[in-house]
Amino acid sequence: MKMISDTRLMFKRSIKHALRDPIWVFLNLFQPILYLLLFMPLLEGLGGVPGLPEGKTVQVFIPGLLVMLAMFGSAFVGFGLVDEIRTGVIDRFLVTPVHRTAILLGRVLKDVVILLCQCVIVTLIAVPFGLVLDIGGFAVSLLLYAFIAVSMSSMSYGFALIYKSEDTLSSTLNTIALPVSLLSGIMLPLVLAPLWLQTLAGINPFSYAVNASRALFAGNIASPDVLTGFIVIILLAALLFWWAVRSLKKMAA
Amino acid sequence: MPETCIIETNGLKKTYSTKSKGRKKLVEAVKGVDLSVKKGEIYGFLGPNGAGKSTTQKMLSTLIPPTGGAATVNGFDLLREQKKIRMCIGFVSQAGGTDPLSTGFENLIMQARLYGADKDTAKKRAEDFIRRFQMESFADRRASSYSGGQRRRCDIALGMIHHPAILLLDEPTTGLDPQSRAYLWEEIRNLQKDGVSVFLSTHYLDEADKLCDTVAIIDNGEIVAQGAPADLKAGIGADTISLDFATADIAVKSMELLQNAEEVENANAKGNTVHLHVKNMEQVLPSLLRLLDTNRFEAQSIALMKPSLDDVFLKHTGRSLREDNYNENDQ
Repeated sequence: MKMISDTRLMFKRSIKHALRDPIWVFLNLFQPILYLLLFMPLLEGLGGVPGLPEGKTVQVFIPGLLVMLAMFGSAFVGFGLVDEIRTGVIDRFLVTPVHRTAILLGRVLKDVVILLCQCVIVTLIAVPFGLVLDIGGFAVSLLLYAFIAVSMSSMSYGFALIYKSEDTLSSTLNTIALPVSLLSGIMLPLVLAPLWLQTLAGINPFSYAVNASRALFAGNIASPDVLTGFIVIILLAALLFWWAVRSLKKMAA
Repeated sequence: MPETCIIETNGLKKTYSTKSKGRKKLVEAVKGVDLSVKKGEIYGFLGPNGAGKSTTQKMLSTLIPPTGGAATVNGFDLLREQKKIRMCIGFVSQAGGTDPLSTGFENLIMQARLYGADKDTAKKRAEDFIRRFQMESFADRRASSYSGGQRRRCDIALGMIHHPAILLLDEPTTGLDPQSRAYLWEEIRNLQKDGVSVFLSTHYLDEADKLCDTVAIIDNGEIVAQGAPADLKAGIGADTISLDFATADIAVKSMELLQNAEEVENANAKGNTVHLHVKNMEQVLPSLLRLLDTNRFEAQSIALMKPSLDDVFLKHTGRSLREDNYNENDQ
Protein backbone atom coordinates (compact mmCIF):
# COMPACT_ATOMS: atom_id res chain seq x y z
CA MET A 1 0.00 0.00 0.00
CA LYS A 2 1.28 3.41 -0.95
CA MET A 3 0.50 4.97 2.40
CA ILE A 4 2.55 2.39 4.29
CA SER A 5 5.55 2.51 1.98
CA ASP A 6 5.46 6.33 1.91
CA THR A 7 5.23 6.43 5.71
CA ARG A 8 8.26 4.17 5.91
CA LEU A 9 10.22 6.50 3.62
CA MET A 10 9.23 9.57 5.63
CA PHE A 11 9.96 7.82 8.93
CA LYS A 12 13.41 6.70 7.83
CA ARG A 13 14.28 10.17 6.63
CA SER A 14 13.16 11.80 9.90
CA ILE A 15 15.03 9.27 12.02
CA LYS A 16 18.16 9.83 9.96
CA HIS A 17 17.90 13.56 10.59
CA ALA A 18 17.41 13.02 14.33
CA LEU A 19 20.42 10.73 14.53
CA ARG A 20 22.55 13.24 12.67
CA ASP A 21 21.83 15.79 15.36
CA PRO A 22 21.53 13.50 18.39
CA ILE A 23 22.21 16.48 20.62
CA TRP A 24 18.47 17.24 20.59
CA VAL A 25 17.57 13.79 21.77
CA PHE A 26 19.77 14.34 24.80
CA LEU A 27 18.83 17.96 25.42
CA ASN A 28 15.25 16.78 25.87
CA LEU A 29 16.48 14.39 28.55
CA PHE A 30 18.18 17.15 30.47
CA GLN A 31 15.01 18.59 31.97
CA PRO A 32 13.49 15.37 33.37
CA ILE A 33 16.86 14.35 34.76
CA LEU A 34 17.16 17.70 36.54
CA TYR A 35 13.69 17.18 38.02
CA LEU A 36 14.75 13.73 39.09
CA LEU A 37 17.92 14.97 40.80
CA LEU A 38 16.88 18.36 42.12
CA PHE A 39 13.13 18.17 42.66
CA MET A 40 12.37 14.63 43.72
CA PRO A 41 14.42 14.86 46.93
CA LEU A 42 12.02 17.63 48.03
CA LEU A 43 9.13 15.22 47.74
CA GLU A 44 10.65 12.63 50.02
CA GLY A 45 10.01 14.90 52.97
CA LEU A 46 6.36 15.07 51.97
CA GLY A 47 5.93 11.31 52.12
CA GLY A 48 2.79 10.42 54.05
CA VAL A 49 0.48 13.12 52.71
CA PRO A 50 -2.52 11.86 50.69
CA GLY A 51 -1.44 10.53 47.31
CA LEU A 52 2.23 10.31 48.34
CA PRO A 53 2.71 7.17 50.43
CA GLU A 54 5.70 7.35 52.73
CA GLY A 55 8.91 5.97 51.25
CA LYS A 56 7.22 5.51 47.90
CA THR A 57 7.28 9.06 46.57
CA VAL A 58 9.53 8.01 43.69
CA GLN A 59 6.85 5.50 42.68
CA VAL A 60 4.35 8.36 42.30
CA PHE A 61 6.72 10.97 40.90
CA ILE A 62 8.35 9.02 38.05
CA PRO A 63 5.14 8.07 36.20
CA GLY A 64 4.14 11.75 36.28
CA LEU A 65 7.57 12.82 35.13
CA LEU A 66 7.37 10.42 32.18
CA VAL A 67 4.05 11.91 31.12
CA MET A 68 5.66 15.33 31.30
CA LEU A 69 8.56 14.12 29.17
CA ALA A 70 6.09 12.71 26.67
CA MET A 71 4.22 16.01 26.54
CA PHE A 72 7.09 18.47 26.43
CA GLY A 73 9.45 16.30 24.46
CA SER A 74 6.94 16.22 21.62
CA ALA A 75 5.32 19.63 21.97
CA PHE A 76 8.02 21.55 20.11
CA VAL A 77 8.64 19.25 17.15
CA GLY A 78 6.71 21.71 14.97
CA PHE A 79 9.77 23.96 14.73
CA GLY A 80 11.46 21.48 12.43
CA LEU A 81 8.39 21.45 10.24
CA VAL A 82 8.28 25.26 10.01
CA ASP A 83 11.84 25.06 8.73
CA GLU A 84 10.88 22.53 6.09
CA ILE A 85 7.93 24.64 4.99
CA ARG A 86 10.23 27.61 4.61
CA THR A 87 12.84 25.72 2.59
CA GLY A 88 10.10 24.45 0.27
CA VAL A 89 10.61 20.79 1.22
CA ILE A 90 6.96 20.27 2.16
CA ASP A 91 5.71 21.90 -1.06
CA ARG A 92 8.08 19.65 -2.98
CA PHE A 93 6.61 16.58 -1.28
CA LEU A 94 3.06 17.78 -1.94
CA VAL A 95 3.71 18.03 -5.68
CA THR A 96 4.73 14.37 -5.78
CA PRO A 97 2.09 11.63 -5.61
CA VAL A 98 3.13 10.91 -2.00
CA HIS A 99 0.29 9.95 0.32
CA ARG A 100 -0.57 13.10 2.31
CA THR A 101 -1.05 11.31 5.62
CA ALA A 102 2.35 9.66 5.27
CA ILE A 103 4.15 13.02 5.35
CA LEU A 104 2.96 13.58 8.93
CA LEU A 105 2.67 9.98 10.08
CA GLY A 106 6.34 9.31 9.31
CA ARG A 107 7.38 12.27 11.44
CA VAL A 108 5.01 11.43 14.28
CA LEU A 109 6.34 7.88 14.42
CA LYS A 110 9.87 9.27 14.61
CA ASP A 111 8.79 11.40 17.59
CA VAL A 112 7.28 8.33 19.25
CA VAL A 113 10.41 6.23 18.82
CA ILE A 114 12.66 8.96 20.20
CA LEU A 115 10.34 9.54 23.12
CA LEU A 116 10.22 5.86 24.05
CA CYS A 117 14.01 5.73 24.12
CA GLN A 118 14.03 8.76 26.41
CA CYS A 119 11.41 7.19 28.71
CA VAL A 120 13.46 4.04 29.07
CA ILE A 121 16.59 6.05 29.90
CA VAL A 122 14.84 8.19 32.55
CA THR A 123 13.22 5.13 34.11
CA LEU A 124 16.51 3.27 34.32
CA ILE A 125 18.15 6.29 35.95
CA ALA A 126 15.35 6.33 38.54
CA VAL A 127 15.89 2.71 39.60
CA PRO A 128 18.86 3.51 41.88
CA PHE A 129 16.59 6.09 43.57
CA GLY A 130 14.37 3.29 44.76
CA LEU A 131 11.95 2.91 41.87
CA VAL A 132 10.40 -0.54 41.85
CA LEU A 133 9.78 -1.47 38.26
CA ASP A 134 6.79 -3.62 37.32
CA ILE A 135 7.90 -4.79 33.89
CA GLY A 136 4.38 -5.55 32.60
CA GLY A 137 3.02 -2.24 33.85
CA PHE A 138 6.00 -0.35 32.45
CA ALA A 139 5.61 -1.96 29.02
CA VAL A 140 1.93 -0.95 28.89
CA SER A 141 2.77 2.53 30.13
CA LEU A 142 5.18 2.98 27.20
CA LEU A 143 2.22 2.46 24.90
CA LEU A 144 0.39 5.19 26.78
CA TYR A 145 3.33 7.59 26.38
CA ALA A 146 3.41 6.76 22.69
CA PHE A 147 -0.16 8.01 22.29
CA ILE A 148 0.63 11.13 24.33
CA ALA A 149 3.50 11.79 21.95
CA VAL A 150 1.18 11.31 18.96
CA SER A 151 -1.23 13.86 20.46
CA MET A 152 1.34 16.49 21.32
CA SER A 153 3.41 16.23 18.16
CA SER A 154 0.27 16.27 16.00
CA MET A 155 -0.82 19.42 17.78
CA SER A 156 2.60 20.95 17.27
CA TYR A 157 2.63 20.05 13.56
CA GLY A 158 -0.92 21.30 13.14
CA PHE A 159 -0.04 24.74 14.50
CA ALA A 160 3.22 24.77 12.54
CA LEU A 161 1.26 24.20 9.32
CA ILE A 162 -1.19 26.96 10.16
CA TYR A 163 1.26 29.61 11.42
CA LYS A 164 4.36 28.73 9.39
CA SER A 165 6.38 30.89 11.78
CA GLU A 166 8.50 30.00 14.80
CA ASP A 167 7.47 33.01 16.89
CA THR A 168 3.73 32.45 16.83
CA LEU A 169 4.22 28.71 17.16
CA SER A 170 6.39 29.05 20.23
CA SER A 171 4.02 31.35 22.13
CA THR A 172 0.98 29.25 21.22
CA LEU A 173 2.61 26.01 22.34
CA ASN A 174 3.83 27.52 25.60
CA THR A 175 0.41 28.97 26.32
CA ILE A 176 -1.16 25.55 25.89
CA ALA A 177 1.50 23.29 27.36
CA LEU A 178 2.02 25.04 30.68
CA PRO A 179 -1.59 25.07 32.03
CA VAL A 180 -2.21 21.63 30.60
CA SER A 181 0.76 20.20 32.47
CA LEU A 182 0.01 22.08 35.69
CA LEU A 183 -3.56 20.79 35.58
CA SER A 184 -2.54 17.19 35.10
CA GLY A 185 -1.02 16.45 38.50
CA ILE A 186 2.37 15.73 37.02
CA MET A 187 4.41 17.18 39.87
CA LEU A 188 2.12 16.49 42.77
CA PRO A 189 -0.97 14.28 42.96
CA LEU A 190 -4.19 16.18 42.36
CA VAL A 191 -5.69 14.69 45.51
CA LEU A 192 -3.82 17.49 47.22
CA ALA A 193 -5.59 20.12 45.16
CA PRO A 194 -8.65 22.13 46.26
CA LEU A 195 -11.91 21.05 44.72
CA TRP A 196 -12.10 23.76 42.04
CA LEU A 197 -8.67 22.79 40.80
CA GLN A 198 -9.65 19.13 40.73
CA THR A 199 -12.72 20.02 38.69
CA LEU A 200 -10.61 21.96 36.22
CA ALA A 201 -8.20 19.03 36.00
CA GLY A 202 -11.18 16.83 35.20
CA ILE A 203 -11.51 18.41 31.78
CA ASN A 204 -7.80 18.03 31.05
CA PRO A 205 -7.25 14.80 29.11
CA PHE A 206 -3.67 14.53 30.34
CA SER A 207 -4.74 14.24 33.96
CA TYR A 208 -6.30 10.90 32.99
CA ALA A 209 -3.01 9.91 31.39
CA VAL A 210 -1.14 10.73 34.60
CA ASN A 211 -3.59 8.65 36.66
CA ALA A 212 -3.20 5.74 34.27
CA SER A 213 0.57 6.08 34.33
CA ARG A 214 0.63 5.99 38.17
CA ALA A 215 -1.68 2.96 38.26
CA LEU A 216 0.60 1.14 35.81
CA PHE A 217 3.71 1.91 37.87
CA ALA A 218 1.89 0.56 40.87
CA GLY A 219 1.34 -2.63 38.90
CA ASN A 220 -2.44 -2.25 38.65
CA ILE A 221 -2.80 -3.00 34.95
CA ALA A 222 -6.44 -3.92 35.46
CA SER A 223 -7.28 -0.64 37.21
CA PRO A 224 -10.18 1.31 35.69
CA ASP A 225 -7.85 4.36 35.68
CA VAL A 226 -5.74 2.60 33.05
CA LEU A 227 -8.67 1.92 30.77
CA THR A 228 -10.02 5.47 31.11
CA GLY A 229 -6.55 6.94 30.50
CA PHE A 230 -6.06 4.91 27.34
CA ILE A 231 -9.51 5.73 25.95
CA VAL A 232 -9.08 9.47 26.56
CA ILE A 233 -5.56 9.66 25.15
CA ILE A 234 -6.26 7.48 22.10
CA LEU A 235 -9.28 9.63 21.23
CA LEU A 236 -7.22 12.78 21.70
CA ALA A 237 -4.38 11.41 19.58
CA ALA A 238 -6.76 10.45 16.78
CA LEU A 239 -8.48 13.82 16.84
CA LEU A 240 -5.28 15.86 16.85
CA PHE A 241 -3.65 13.73 14.16
CA TRP A 242 -6.71 14.08 11.94
CA TRP A 243 -6.62 17.84 12.51
CA ALA A 244 -2.91 18.03 11.62
CA VAL A 245 -3.47 16.12 8.37
CA ARG A 246 -6.33 18.43 7.53
CA SER A 247 -4.08 21.44 8.18
CA LEU A 248 -1.51 19.97 5.82
CA LYS A 249 -4.07 19.42 3.09
CA LYS A 250 -5.32 22.97 3.24
CA MET A 251 -1.99 24.58 4.05
CA ALA A 252 -1.62 26.53 0.81
CA ALA A 253 -5.27 26.91 -0.06
CA MET B 1 -1.45 21.14 -38.23
CA PRO B 2 -1.93 23.30 -35.16
CA GLU B 3 0.79 23.17 -32.56
CA THR B 4 -0.26 21.14 -29.55
CA CYS B 5 -0.59 22.85 -26.20
CA ILE B 6 0.72 21.15 -23.10
CA ILE B 7 -0.80 23.63 -20.66
CA GLU B 8 -3.98 25.49 -21.42
CA THR B 9 -5.95 27.60 -18.96
CA ASN B 10 -9.30 29.22 -19.34
CA GLY B 11 -10.20 32.01 -16.95
CA LEU B 12 -8.10 30.48 -14.18
CA LYS B 13 -8.79 32.38 -10.99
CA LYS B 14 -7.63 32.47 -7.39
CA THR B 15 -9.27 34.60 -4.75
CA TYR B 16 -8.07 34.65 -1.17
CA SER B 17 -10.06 35.99 1.70
CA THR B 18 -7.96 37.83 4.24
CA LYS B 19 -8.92 39.68 7.33
CA SER B 20 -7.69 43.23 7.70
CA LYS B 21 -8.84 45.47 10.53
CA GLY B 22 -11.43 42.92 11.50
CA ARG B 23 -13.14 43.12 8.14
CA LYS B 24 -13.09 40.32 5.65
CA LYS B 25 -11.46 41.31 2.40
CA LEU B 26 -11.28 39.39 -0.84
CA VAL B 27 -7.95 39.53 -2.62
CA GLU B 28 -7.93 38.54 -6.26
CA ALA B 29 -4.43 37.13 -6.66
CA VAL B 30 -5.16 35.77 -10.14
CA LYS B 31 -8.05 37.31 -12.06
CA GLY B 32 -8.93 34.92 -14.82
CA VAL B 33 -5.78 33.93 -16.67
CA ASP B 34 -5.89 32.50 -20.20
CA LEU B 35 -2.58 31.07 -21.27
CA SER B 36 -1.34 28.33 -23.51
CA VAL B 37 2.06 26.73 -23.31
CA LYS B 38 3.06 24.90 -26.48
CA LYS B 39 4.66 21.52 -26.31
CA GLY B 40 8.44 21.75 -26.22
CA GLU B 41 8.77 25.47 -25.74
CA ILE B 42 10.25 27.60 -22.98
CA TYR B 43 7.39 29.74 -21.77
CA GLY B 44 8.13 32.70 -19.56
CA PHE B 45 5.91 34.45 -17.10
CA LEU B 46 7.24 38.00 -16.70
CA GLY B 47 5.94 40.31 -14.01
CA PRO B 48 6.75 42.09 -10.78
CA ASN B 49 6.49 40.41 -7.38
CA GLY B 50 2.90 39.92 -6.32
CA ALA B 51 1.64 39.85 -9.91
CA GLY B 52 0.21 36.36 -9.48
CA LYS B 53 3.02 34.34 -11.06
CA SER B 54 3.60 32.02 -8.14
CA THR B 55 -0.09 31.59 -7.44
CA THR B 56 -0.75 30.55 -11.05
CA GLN B 57 2.15 28.10 -11.00
CA LYS B 58 1.02 26.66 -7.68
CA MET B 59 -2.46 26.09 -9.10
CA LEU B 60 -1.05 24.39 -12.19
CA SER B 61 1.12 22.13 -10.05
CA THR B 62 -1.91 21.05 -7.93
CA LEU B 63 -0.57 22.70 -4.76
CA ILE B 64 -3.57 24.99 -4.38
CA PRO B 65 -7.04 24.63 -5.88
CA PRO B 66 -8.26 27.40 -8.19
CA THR B 67 -11.37 29.30 -7.16
CA GLY B 68 -12.57 29.57 -10.74
CA GLY B 69 -11.86 28.71 -14.34
CA ALA B 70 -10.46 25.56 -15.87
CA ALA B 71 -7.15 24.22 -17.07
CA THR B 72 -5.63 21.17 -18.67
CA VAL B 73 -2.08 20.06 -18.03
CA ASN B 74 -0.66 17.49 -20.45
CA GLY B 75 -4.24 16.74 -21.44
CA PHE B 76 -5.43 16.12 -17.88
CA ASP B 77 -8.10 18.17 -16.17
CA LEU B 78 -6.68 20.26 -13.35
CA LEU B 79 -9.73 19.89 -11.17
CA ARG B 80 -10.38 16.18 -11.62
CA GLU B 81 -7.12 14.47 -12.54
CA GLN B 82 -4.60 15.87 -10.07
CA LYS B 83 -2.89 12.55 -9.45
CA LYS B 84 -2.18 12.09 -13.15
CA ILE B 85 -0.93 15.65 -13.41
CA ARG B 86 1.47 15.11 -10.50
CA MET B 87 3.12 12.24 -12.37
CA CYS B 88 3.86 14.31 -15.46
CA ILE B 89 4.95 17.64 -14.03
CA GLY B 90 7.97 18.77 -12.09
CA PHE B 91 7.68 21.89 -9.96
CA VAL B 92 10.53 23.85 -8.43
CA SER B 93 9.24 26.52 -6.07
CA GLN B 94 11.02 29.76 -5.30
CA ALA B 95 12.21 28.31 -2.00
CA GLY B 96 13.69 25.37 -3.91
CA GLY B 97 12.78 22.30 -1.94
CA THR B 98 16.16 20.69 -1.38
CA ASP B 99 16.23 19.31 2.14
CA PRO B 100 19.24 21.02 3.76
CA LEU B 101 19.76 18.28 6.34
CA SER B 102 20.23 15.56 3.73
CA THR B 103 22.89 15.20 1.07
CA GLY B 104 22.04 15.90 -2.56
CA PHE B 105 22.25 12.18 -3.27
CA GLU B 106 19.83 11.32 -0.45
CA ASN B 107 17.47 14.06 -1.60
CA LEU B 108 17.39 12.62 -5.10
CA ILE B 109 16.87 9.03 -3.96
CA MET B 110 14.02 10.04 -1.66
CA GLN B 111 12.36 12.04 -4.42
CA ALA B 112 12.59 9.16 -6.90
CA ARG B 113 11.09 6.79 -4.33
CA LEU B 114 8.19 9.13 -3.67
CA TYR B 115 7.38 8.77 -7.36
CA GLY B 116 7.26 5.02 -6.87
CA ALA B 117 10.72 3.96 -8.02
CA ASP B 118 12.19 0.96 -6.19
CA LYS B 119 15.52 1.21 -4.35
CA ASP B 120 17.78 0.22 -7.24
CA THR B 121 15.99 2.34 -9.82
CA ALA B 122 16.01 5.32 -7.46
CA LYS B 123 19.74 4.95 -6.89
CA LYS B 124 20.44 4.67 -10.59
CA ARG B 125 18.33 7.70 -11.40
CA ALA B 126 19.97 9.75 -8.66
CA GLU B 127 23.39 8.86 -10.07
CA ASP B 128 22.25 9.79 -13.58
CA PHE B 129 21.09 13.20 -12.48
CA ILE B 130 24.21 13.86 -10.42
CA ARG B 131 26.25 13.28 -13.58
CA ARG B 132 23.91 15.24 -15.78
CA PHE B 133 23.74 18.31 -13.54
CA GLN B 134 27.47 18.07 -12.71
CA MET B 135 26.83 17.57 -9.03
CA GLU B 136 29.60 14.99 -8.49
CA SER B 137 31.78 17.30 -6.41
CA PHE B 138 29.10 18.07 -3.82
CA ALA B 139 26.39 15.40 -4.02
CA ASP B 140 27.70 13.61 -0.94
CA ARG B 141 27.75 16.72 1.21
CA ARG B 142 24.76 17.94 3.19
CA ALA B 143 22.78 20.44 1.18
CA SER B 144 23.03 23.04 3.97
CA SER B 145 26.63 23.60 2.82
CA TYR B 146 25.72 24.25 -0.83
CA SER B 147 26.21 27.56 -2.61
CA GLY B 148 23.14 29.20 -4.16
CA GLY B 149 23.99 27.82 -7.57
CA GLN B 150 24.66 24.29 -6.31
CA ARG B 151 21.41 24.24 -4.40
CA ARG B 152 19.47 25.44 -7.46
CA ARG B 153 20.97 22.64 -9.52
CA CYS B 154 19.86 20.17 -6.90
CA ASP B 155 16.36 21.75 -6.76
CA ILE B 156 15.95 21.33 -10.50
CA ALA B 157 17.36 17.81 -10.52
CA LEU B 158 14.74 16.96 -7.88
CA GLY B 159 12.02 18.40 -10.10
CA MET B 160 13.24 16.32 -13.05
CA ILE B 161 13.89 12.98 -11.33
CA HIS B 162 10.72 11.33 -12.67
CA HIS B 163 11.28 12.61 -16.23
CA PRO B 164 8.24 14.89 -16.35
CA ALA B 165 6.92 16.26 -19.64
CA ILE B 166 6.61 19.73 -18.13
CA LEU B 167 8.87 21.53 -15.71
CA LEU B 168 7.49 24.52 -13.81
CA LEU B 169 10.17 26.81 -12.38
CA ASP B 170 9.26 29.66 -10.06
CA GLU B 171 11.92 32.37 -10.41
CA PRO B 172 14.73 29.88 -10.90
CA THR B 173 17.59 32.38 -11.12
CA THR B 174 16.56 34.94 -8.51
CA GLY B 175 19.51 35.69 -6.27
CA LEU B 176 22.03 33.69 -8.29
CA ASP B 177 25.41 35.04 -9.35
CA PRO B 178 25.85 35.66 -13.11
CA GLN B 179 27.86 32.48 -13.64
CA SER B 180 25.29 30.22 -12.02
CA ARG B 181 22.60 32.00 -13.98
CA ALA B 182 24.36 31.36 -17.27
CA TYR B 183 24.84 27.73 -16.31
CA LEU B 184 21.17 27.38 -15.43
CA TRP B 185 20.01 28.95 -18.68
CA GLU B 186 22.15 26.44 -20.53
CA GLU B 187 20.66 23.61 -18.51
CA ILE B 188 17.13 24.81 -19.20
CA ARG B 189 17.89 24.93 -22.92
CA ASN B 190 19.24 21.38 -22.70
CA LEU B 191 16.00 20.25 -21.08
CA GLN B 192 14.15 21.79 -24.00
CA LYS B 193 16.35 19.86 -26.43
CA ASP B 194 15.31 16.69 -24.63
CA GLY B 195 11.69 17.56 -25.37
CA VAL B 196 10.72 18.94 -21.98
CA SER B 197 8.33 21.90 -21.98
CA VAL B 198 9.48 24.54 -19.51
CA PHE B 199 7.19 27.08 -17.86
CA LEU B 200 9.25 29.54 -15.84
CA SER B 201 8.44 32.75 -14.05
CA THR B 202 10.87 35.62 -13.73
CA HIS B 203 11.09 39.29 -13.04
CA TYR B 204 14.29 39.64 -15.03
CA LEU B 205 13.76 41.26 -18.43
CA ASP B 206 16.82 39.70 -20.02
CA GLU B 207 15.84 36.26 -18.83
CA ALA B 208 12.41 36.50 -20.44
CA ASP B 209 13.94 38.00 -23.56
CA LYS B 210 16.86 35.68 -24.17
CA LEU B 211 15.68 32.39 -22.74
CA CYS B 212 11.98 32.18 -23.56
CA ASP B 213 10.25 31.31 -26.81
CA THR B 214 7.01 32.82 -25.61
CA VAL B 215 6.53 35.43 -22.91
CA ALA B 216 3.36 36.31 -21.05
CA ILE B 217 3.46 39.60 -19.22
CA ILE B 218 1.43 39.47 -16.05
CA ASP B 219 0.50 42.33 -13.77
CA ASN B 220 -2.04 42.51 -10.97
CA GLY B 221 -3.24 38.99 -11.62
CA GLU B 222 -3.91 39.51 -15.30
CA ILE B 223 -1.99 38.69 -18.46
CA VAL B 224 -1.58 41.96 -20.34
CA ALA B 225 0.41 40.70 -23.32
CA GLN B 226 1.53 37.34 -24.68
CA GLY B 227 3.77 36.38 -27.56
CA ALA B 228 7.32 35.78 -28.78
CA PRO B 229 9.67 38.40 -27.26
CA ALA B 230 10.60 39.69 -30.74
CA ASP B 231 6.93 40.09 -31.72
CA LEU B 232 6.07 41.81 -28.45
CA LYS B 233 8.90 44.27 -28.95
CA ALA B 234 8.03 44.77 -32.61
CA GLY B 235 4.55 45.74 -31.46
CA ILE B 236 6.11 48.70 -29.66
CA GLY B 237 7.36 50.21 -32.93
CA ALA B 238 10.70 51.21 -34.33
CA ASP B 239 14.28 51.05 -33.10
CA THR B 240 16.03 54.31 -32.34
CA ILE B 241 19.45 55.41 -33.63
CA SER B 242 20.93 58.54 -32.04
CA LEU B 243 23.87 60.29 -33.70
CA ASP B 244 25.91 63.10 -32.14
CA PHE B 245 27.59 65.69 -34.36
CA ALA B 246 30.14 68.41 -33.71
CA THR B 247 27.70 71.29 -34.19
CA ALA B 248 23.96 71.81 -34.39
CA ASP B 249 24.38 72.99 -37.94
CA ILE B 250 25.92 69.73 -39.09
CA ALA B 251 23.24 67.86 -37.16
CA VAL B 252 20.45 69.61 -39.04
CA LYS B 253 22.12 69.04 -42.40
CA SER B 254 22.70 65.37 -41.60
CA MET B 255 19.12 65.03 -40.52
CA GLU B 256 17.90 66.50 -43.81
CA LEU B 257 20.07 64.05 -45.69
CA LEU B 258 19.09 61.03 -43.65
CA GLN B 259 15.36 61.57 -43.58
CA ASN B 260 15.28 61.05 -47.32
CA ALA B 261 16.82 57.60 -47.01
CA GLU B 262 14.12 55.00 -47.56
CA GLU B 263 15.10 53.00 -44.44
CA VAL B 264 14.36 55.92 -42.14
CA GLU B 265 10.78 56.22 -40.90
CA ASN B 266 11.28 59.60 -39.36
CA ALA B 267 14.13 61.77 -38.20
CA ASN B 268 14.52 64.80 -35.99
CA ALA B 269 17.35 66.92 -34.70
CA LYS B 270 17.72 68.31 -31.23
CA GLY B 271 20.81 70.36 -30.62
CA ASN B 272 23.80 68.38 -31.82
CA THR B 273 21.88 65.12 -31.84
CA VAL B 274 19.86 63.43 -34.55
CA HIS B 275 17.29 60.76 -33.63
CA LEU B 276 16.30 58.29 -36.32
CA HIS B 277 13.45 55.80 -36.07
CA VAL B 278 14.06 52.74 -38.19
CA LYS B 279 13.01 49.10 -38.50
CA ASN B 280 15.81 46.55 -38.03
CA MET B 281 18.56 48.93 -37.05
CA GLU B 282 21.28 46.26 -37.31
CA GLN B 283 20.60 45.91 -41.01
CA VAL B 284 20.17 49.57 -41.93
CA LEU B 285 22.94 51.10 -39.83
CA PRO B 286 25.87 50.36 -42.18
CA SER B 287 24.17 51.90 -45.22
CA LEU B 288 23.15 54.99 -43.22
CA LEU B 289 26.71 55.47 -42.02
CA ARG B 290 27.98 55.03 -45.57
CA LEU B 291 25.52 57.70 -46.70
CA LEU B 292 26.86 60.10 -44.08
CA ASP B 293 30.41 59.24 -45.05
CA THR B 294 30.01 59.92 -48.78
CA ASN B 295 28.56 63.32 -47.89
CA ARG B 296 31.42 64.02 -45.49
CA PHE B 297 29.32 64.30 -42.36
CA GLU B 298 31.15 62.83 -39.44
CA ALA B 299 29.13 61.44 -36.53
CA GLN B 300 31.06 61.70 -33.27
CA SER B 301 29.14 59.04 -31.40
CA ILE B 302 26.28 56.65 -32.01
CA ALA B 303 23.74 55.24 -29.59
CA LEU B 304 21.39 52.41 -30.50
CA MET B 305 18.19 51.64 -28.67
CA LYS B 306 15.90 48.69 -29.26
CA PRO B 307 12.53 48.53 -27.62
CA SER B 308 12.87 46.21 -24.64
CA LEU B 309 10.33 44.03 -22.88
CA ASP B 310 10.32 46.81 -20.31
CA ASP B 311 8.86 49.10 -23.00
CA VAL B 312 6.25 46.43 -23.61
CA PHE B 313 5.48 46.29 -19.92
CA LEU B 314 5.37 50.08 -19.76
CA LYS B 315 3.00 50.28 -22.70
CA HIS B 316 0.53 47.83 -21.14
CA THR B 317 0.71 48.81 -17.48
CA GLY B 318 1.94 52.42 -17.49
CA ARG B 319 4.76 51.40 -15.17
CA SER B 320 8.30 50.26 -15.68
CA LEU B 321 9.22 46.81 -14.45
CA ARG B 322 12.73 48.06 -13.79
CA GLU B 323 11.49 50.74 -11.40
CA ASP B 324 9.29 48.17 -9.71
CA ASN B 325 12.26 45.96 -9.08
CA TYR B 326 14.30 48.83 -7.73
CA ASN B 327 11.55 49.85 -5.35
CA GLU B 328 11.30 46.32 -4.11
CA ASN B 329 15.04 46.25 -3.43
CA ASP B 330 14.83 49.49 -1.48
CA GLN B 331 12.37 48.14 1.00
